[in-house]
This record gives sequence, C-alpha cells and structure tokens, in this order.
Amino acid sequence: MPVFYERRQLVTPGDLLAENDYLAGENTHKENGRIYATRVGLVNYEDKRVYVVALKSFYVPTVGDTVIGKVVEVTLGGWVVDIRAPYPAMLRASDALERPFKPQKDDLPSLFDVGDMLIAKIVAYDRTRDPLLTVLERGLGKITRGQIIEITPTKIPRVIGKQGSMISVVKQETGCQIIIGQNGRILISGKLPEDERLAVMAIRKIELEAHTTGLTDRVTEMLKKEKGTMEVVKNVSEET
Amino acid sequence: MSQKKPEKLIDENDVRLDGRKLNEIRPTKIEVGILANADGSAYIEQGKNKILAAVYGPREVHPKHLALPDRAVLRCRYHMAPFSVEERKSPAPSRRELELSKVIRECLEPSIFTEYYPRTSIDLFIEVLQADGGTRCAGITVASVALADAGIPMRDLVSACAAGKVEGRLVVDLTDVEDKGGEADMPLAYMPNANAITLLQMDGMLTSEEFEQAVNLAVEGSKQVGQIQKEALRAKYVVSKEAEAEKEEAEEGEQ
Repeated sequence: MPVFYERRQLVTPGDLLAENDYLAGENTHKENGRIYATRVGLVNYEDKRVYVVALKSFYVPTVGDTVIGKVVEVTLGGWVVDIRAPYPAMLRASDALERPFKPQKDDLPSLFDVGDMLIAKIVAYDRTRDPLLTVLERGLGKITRGQIIEITPTKIPRVIGKQGSMISVVKQETGCQIIIGQNGRILISGKLPEDERLAVMAIRKIELEAHTTGLTDRVTEMLKKEKGTMEVVKNVSEET
Repeated sequence: MSQKKPEKLIDENDVRLDGRKLNEIRPTKIEVGILANADGSAYIEQGKNKILAAVYGPREVHPKHLALPDRAVLRCRYHMAPFSVEERKSPAPSRRELELSKVIRECLEPSIFTEYYPRTSIDLFIEVLQADGGTRCAGITVASVALADAGIPMRDLVSACAAGKVEGRLVVDLTDVEDKGGEADMPLAYMPNANAITLLQMDGMLTSEEFEQAVNLAVEGSKQVGQIQKEALRAKYVVSKEAEAEKEEAEEGEQ
C-alpha cells in the first residue's frame, strides 16, 4: 500500500500518488490500481482516500449552489446567464416571477436586462442539460449595490473557512456584507468605499496564500493593521 | 542569421554546431501563466525557438453544430508569426500549419479527459514567435503546460522531442540547420507516466535498427523535457509563496 508523496505536497498532472488499496478522490483518476493526479494542486491522503486540492480550476455547476451570474441575453421565456461555467445557465421567467408567466403582459427586460448581475441558485443540472437557475428564494435576485470580485472557484472553500471562520472574520473587521457565489464571484457591499476596499484586499490575500497554513490569523492581523493606518490618515486629514 | 550549410554539422569530438553532445537537448525554459486574458497560458524558449501557447475553455462551442454530445472538442491552431522565420512568412495559415494543427490536436487529445465536459470546446492557440527547427515538438510541450495551467483535468503531461540522423550519426532535438542538412528527422510526443507515444512522424531515411535507437533517444529527450515541464508548473506556485514570505520579512523589517 505505498504512497508516493507527503501530505500537502505540490503535484502535477500524471504524477503517481498511490497504489492499490486507496480510493481515488477529487482531481485524481485510477488506472490499473494506480492513482494519478489530473490537476496541478496539493495532494492529501485521508484514511483510504487520495485527493488533490486544485490550485486553479473553473466552475462546474452543482445543484443547490448559490452563484453570482451576469445576464447575457433576454429570450422569449427567460434569460441566459453567464455563471463562469463551461455551460450557459438558463433562468426561466416562471423561476423569477411569483405567478405564472404571461408573455403578452410581462416585460422581461424591465425585470432583468442584459448586463444585470444576479444572485441565483442552481435548481437543476446534469451532463445532458444546461444548468437551470431560480431567484425565488430569500436573498436571491438582482444586485443593486456593492462591488464584485472574481477568484478561482477552487479557493472559495478557503475564503469561507472552517464553519465560515474566515469569512466571518472579514465581515466583522470590515463591517461589509459579503455574499459568496460558489462560482468564484464575491459580492461585497459596505457603508464606505474604504471598508469595501479593505474587504477586497483581505480576499485577494486569501486567494494568493490559499495553500498556506495559519491564514485566518494573518488576515485578522492585516485587517487590524490596515484599519489602524486608516484611522491615522483620517485623523491627520481632519486636523489639517 | 545566415543559413548557409556549414562544412560539418558534427565535429570529430562528437560536438554539434551549437556545442551540444549528440544526446543533449537544447537549453529549455518554460514560463507558466503569463497571459492575463487566457484561461491558461505558457511560454517556452528552447534554444532559439520562442513559442507562446494559450488555452480557453472548456466553454460553449461556436458554431454550435460542432459540439459533440459525449465529449468536449479540442480545437487547435498552430500559427507562425510572419517574423518567426528568416524570410517573411505569409500570416495566412499554410498547408503545413493546418497539418501541424491537426497532428498537435491529435497528440494532445488522449491526455485530456474530454468526456468530463460534453458539449463544450477547449480552444488551444500555439503562436510561434521565433522558429529554429522542432517547433512542433516545442509547441506540443508548451501547449500541454498551458492546458494544465488552465485547470483542465489531464491523464498526463505530453512532452515532445525529436530525434534524427545527421551526417550518419543519430542525434536528439535537431535545430533547423541540422534538420535541413541531415538525413532524417523524427518528432515524437510522449506521456512519461503512462509510457505512451502519442505522436510519431518521420521524414528521411533510417534503417530499422536506427529507427529503434532513434525512438529510444527521442523518448529519453522527452523525459528530460517532461521534468522541465513539471518544474515550470511547480515554480509558478513556489514563486508566489516565496514572494509572499519575502514581503512579510520586509514588512517585519520596517517595524
């Protein structure tokens, strides 16, 4: 039952990770009892399972995910939404209105137009059909304020942290409202532009150092420090 | 760069024109993720060859009728810049470029899990900025790295290297002069971990013994190229780690 790498070691596609008794997890594949990596990432061995945490990837839709999408087309019965996945997502008019859709009466572009950003949930998706969205739940719908940043979707779990530890730190320290789309888009809306800037900085730091340990503490420290300097700047400008 | 054929391509000490041994590949450098607008990218310098590769996808197929119901389509464009060779090359795709696009596509396709993303396309662009022989091999090598950088799941990296016969001697990784002045040239693409050959072409003449030796030489060369590919992919992340560590040290120094 040999293992060929240490935990959290960087591997590239085709690297032999383990033999025989192991199970092939994410970003690996098994061939003739041997498990190989399929993406660049950090390898992990957990009980009998081998998996690779990819360092860069694209979003693959999963039913139940909350995503942030951009309307790219208004069709007769709904909208086509870009969710940064290999497939375009569909939002049907009946999944946006709380009543049956009447093509003669309802004006779809006045609801969502091309270029609008939406928070939506994936209700259906399989390999044969394009993902289907809904905005008929609490907290979903058109985005009217705040700013959106994009990161690699594989780093979303790191931004959230264990039981949301990382994201709650950022929310608390910056006072911003943060909504995370599983597709790698993050909406940040705060009272002040400076708060938003601070939150963006924190998330960029998390993205850059996602593969290191003790990150939550470092992010907290950075936010506290930055807030300190901001106060100083504010005081100075008030004095002058 | 005047390309008159020199008197001798290999001297009496088995040293080639550029100072390499018979079984030595050209100095090779690969950089990963250098284009901001592509999903994945890489750049290679192998001797005087300079080649860029960019990958988009998996994404929706346009035009739609090209989409396959059971797997992704891989589309590849190998292109030489007008300034990549001595005499200006017309920028329009030539017969040779179309053929190379096809063989490169076919040699990379077995390495990709195209069946994971049906109805999509993966678009690959290989742009030769400067050519000095063996651009298809170098092109395959960077393209594979760019695919890995794009986060596309792959069975293995594909590494390519040529072997050939020059002045009666078998050599590896031929330059333009050696290719033109030599007797045979045989490009080969190889998946090191799977031990599989995905491309094998040849022009010129070799006896069957020579052919066998040449294949072994090219496989050895490809393995060396494979190491460089892996190091390049790792370097991208190690560098970002180190840069951070340095930055933190600098910050601590300030305090």
